[in-house]
Amino acid sequence: MGSWDDLVGSALLGTERRRPAGVVGDAEEAAVALLDAAAAGVIRRRAGVTPAAAGTRPGLAPADRRPDLPEAARRRLAMLLADRTADAARGRRGATPNLAELLPQWLAAARREGYAAPHALLPALLDAARARTDLRTDALALAGPRGLWLAALNPDWKFALRAGQGAAAAEEGDAEQLWEEGLFAERIALLTRMRLADAAAALALLESSWRTERAEDRLMFLDALRTGLSPADEEFLEQALNDRSRNVRTTAAELLSALPGSALAARMAERARSCVSLSPEGIVVEAPYACDPAMERDGVAAKPPSGRGERAWWFGQLVDAAPLSTWPARLGGRTPEEIIALPVLDDWQPDLHAAWCRAAVRQRDTGWARALLGPPPKPAAPVTAVGDPAKLLSILPGPERGAWVAEFIAAHGLSEAFQMLSVCAVPWSRPLGRAVVDALDIAREGGSYPWSFSGVMGLAERCLDPDAADQVAVLTAAAEEPPDGSPGAGTYWSEAFQRLTGTLRLRALMLAELRVPQPSGSSIPGPGRA
Amino acid sequence: MDTEARWTADQVLALAPDAASRKAGARLATPAPWSGTGVAGAAVWGLCKGSGRTPYQTVVDLGGPAFRCSCPSRKFPCKHALGLLLLWAEGDGGPIAAAAEPEWVEQWTAARRKKADERAQAPSSGSGKAAGPADPDAARRRADRRAIRVEGGAVELEQRLADLLRGGLAGADRDGYRQWDEIAARMVDAQAPGLASRVRELGAVTATGGDWPSRMLEETALLHLLARGYLGRERLPDPLAGTVRARVGFTVDSAELLAGATIRGHWQVLAQYDSADDRLTTRRIWLYDEGAGRFALLLSFGAAGRAPELVLPLGAVLEAEVAYYPSALPLRAVLGPQHGTAQAESVPRGMPVAAALDAYGAALADDPWLDAWPVVLADVVPIPGATRWQVADATGEDAIPIAGAGPQWRLAALSGGHPLTAFGELGPTGFRPLCAWPAASVIPTPLTA
Repeated sequence: MGSWDDLVGSALLGTERRRPAGVVGDAEEAAVALLDAAAAGVIRRRAGVTPAAAGTRPGLAPADRRPDLPEAARRRLAMLLADRTADAARGRRGATPNLAELLPQWLAAARREGYAAPHALLPALLDAARARTDLRTDALALAGPRGLWLAALNPDWKFALRAGQGAAAAEEGDAEQLWEEGLFAERIALLTRMRLADAAAALALLESSWRTERAEDRLMFLDALRTGLSPADEEFLEQALNDRSRNVRTTAAELLSALPGSALAARMAERARSCVSLSPEGIVVEAPYACDPAMERDGVAAKPPSGRGERAWWFGQLVDAAPLSTWPARLGGRTPEEIIALPVLDDWQPDLHAAWCRAAVRQRDTGWARALLGPPPKPAAPVTAVGDPAKLLSILPGPERGAWVAEFIAAHGLSEAFQMLSVCAVPWSRPLGRAVVDALDIAREGGSYPWSFSGVMGLAERCLDPDAADQVAVLTAAAEEPPDGSPGAGTYWSEAFQRLTGTLRLRALMLAELRVPQPSGSSIPGPGRA
Repeated sequence: MDTEARWTADQVLALAPDAASRKAGARLATPAPWSGTGVAGAAVWGLCKGSGRTPYQTVVDLGGPAFRCSCPSRKFPCKHALGLLLLWAEGDGGPIAAAAEPEWVEQWTAARRKKADERAQAPSSGSGKAAGPADPDAARRRADRRAIRVEGGAVELEQRLADLLRGGLAGADRDGYRQWDEIAARMVDAQAPGLASRVRELGAVTATGGDWPSRMLEETALLHLLARGYLGRERLPDPLAGTVRARVGFTVDSAELLAGATIRGHWQVLAQYDSADDRLTTRRIWLYDEGAGRFALLLSFGAAGRAPELVLPLGAVLEAEVAYYPSALPLRAVLGPQHGTAQAESVPRGMPVAAALDAYGAALADDPWLDAWPVVLADVVPIPGATRWQVADATGEDAIPIAGAGPQWRLAALSGGHPLTAFGELGPTGFRPLCAWPAASVIPTPLTA
């Protein structure tokens, strides 16, 4: 009987056309004979299979000396990762805790505690990091050397290598090679990382190739200089004011204006000062009448967005970019608080104050930010926000921020508070947490539906101190519905508070699981149990 | 045994019928919704606050394991049972402490004990009601009728295969599933479901691309061999005839099997995984008695979309009886009475690649239709490849391709390039890893998610 290939050939063409070697009889008999032979053949083939030659073995993953996760924490991670993929099938959440948003917190906390991710979960962890860029830094840190080793085997996980390579390159001095040969994302990551470690070296690297970069890339690289910005960057930025690309010029100007000692800042101060003077009635604004080429070179956009007057537009940009130290000197040695209290003539106050707000944020001037924010408005007072309070808050020290927002919420409730809450430090301070929970309770008593506050609820699940769980738990009891309330709201509120309590308790548990001390003299040597 | 050895949380979670249940169960694994919990002997119980006014009564018999919950869920075990077991798994200092069984628990455990006692006594009381059919003559007549119908099916199949080979397979990839589905339907009519499912799979071979003609000839030839084997069954030795009957699709009543000889052993649960088609979910559980060098495969079925009922904690060692289905190569078995559970104390001894392939070859001599031969490989390393991964001996050059896609990532993560022990199934397309023991762990890590 013929070889296996001979049999396959006959089978393909059919025994009417081609018979296997040595088979006699008509086509039907030959077909049966072919099947008999093939049956013997397939068993011979399968039973006689010999080992293949081993391919190229991967290298050994570097050892990881970090401790394994405590048992409960390992399980928690498995659950959070499984939850990520199962989330698609979620309808109304009812009273069950919200796990999806806990993964980032978990990863950050586990990283702080210095654990290594369990090996068995590395594929799921890398998949999660692939899907969500905000998880990458913590996920990759946890995954550690074995995660990097594994990622090298799967093209889907290339991103890990890029990040990892960048880190390694920055440390090992291969930065130049990566800078010259890397992909755009790799280069941006490298530049940002180097700015943190050695801002001057990063600038030198950028200068080495600046002229050959495309305009879009130049813009992004320039933007990366925000990290670690210092007077040492001024010379480079000043040159960039002559760039061919308008966006690059504007960004360079913006960066220079954040350096109050820069020549550009001085030029802008000069221009702004000439527009603002002090009269006995208050501040007088005389906005510029033209936007000359020198102003444009310093980043002033000549054409206002529709609906804004040219002169107000130019004026705003000048004040934005002028160092705030300009003003006490110009306005009779007053403090920022006193300056802000001054009347501004001819309806220029909104423009002037808004520009100062932007300048305070850009120059990270806490004194001015505090002055512009003022004390939180009193309950009766209308909330006339100057500029963007959330942005001003973001440059104040954490505790001060929390206290301000707490007082604001106590006075005005939650409807305007979402932006402010999202800039507060996590977990929220005790007074802030109490203010939020109280405001939610008041909203419930007011008879509105909880989903009107779903944004704040979502934030609270992530940011409330887990210690507040007991305070929230009190509210989970379905209260009497107010006569003028929305029908059924009470039940929904109770459910929403239950979910919040559940999530908070889960967070507390989750963090506690990470802090469980490892059994001393652990009998598990070597790599982690999975 | 005073109380059962606590399971690990992983073992509990492996009982979950699906990912959603696992998630829901884990959410309930906090003390908050629970009250009146306790453990006594093999029973764990508790009251779980649900959305309704009265809490659900949840009780688990660890010996089965068996579950009962007053919740309306059709999932099995339900999330309450899983949550309860997770709490219990936290250990002696955990939230579930020894207590006296409350009345509702006691009623259930007593009823279960009674049933078990009845079962235990049934075989000893001669051919009791459960052991034999009500009317042996009628049953024999039914069996004879079926044998004749299956014979007719096998003859027809032989004819169809011969026709196919006469005309050639070349057109098979164009015709798609239709002709195969039609033949499969004829086999179902002939009461030969084993033949039917093989025929249906044949229809999918062309879609696998590459060298499909060779694979199709293999499968066609094996189908031919099976049909011929059935038609000539009178002349086969009994064990091989048993194999042929099982492959053709005759089933044996599990109660009848257990009434016969059982084998008591220390069975470690090595793997549990489900596969589903549009009608049926099939769960495969591999048990291994290392002392006796014996594997057993338990199959459990659920209607489409429902998880099969049998669940066993992965890695645990059951002291239990099993009964094998009659076969020249006894693998499939049914689980009989259990006498206790313990945790594994060591990693099973495995073999190198070449020895595993030899064993697979020898097994094929007993069952040519074998497509999953259980094997523990020791000191192997997963190796990535452009198209397929391999597992290779750490100290030699022998390798086997890894079958299927997916498990290699976790296997590789566990290995990190270092040798490990892996359990899996050897088949015609390679080694399908199911669990692995990374260095220093005696509890296997499942590779199927």
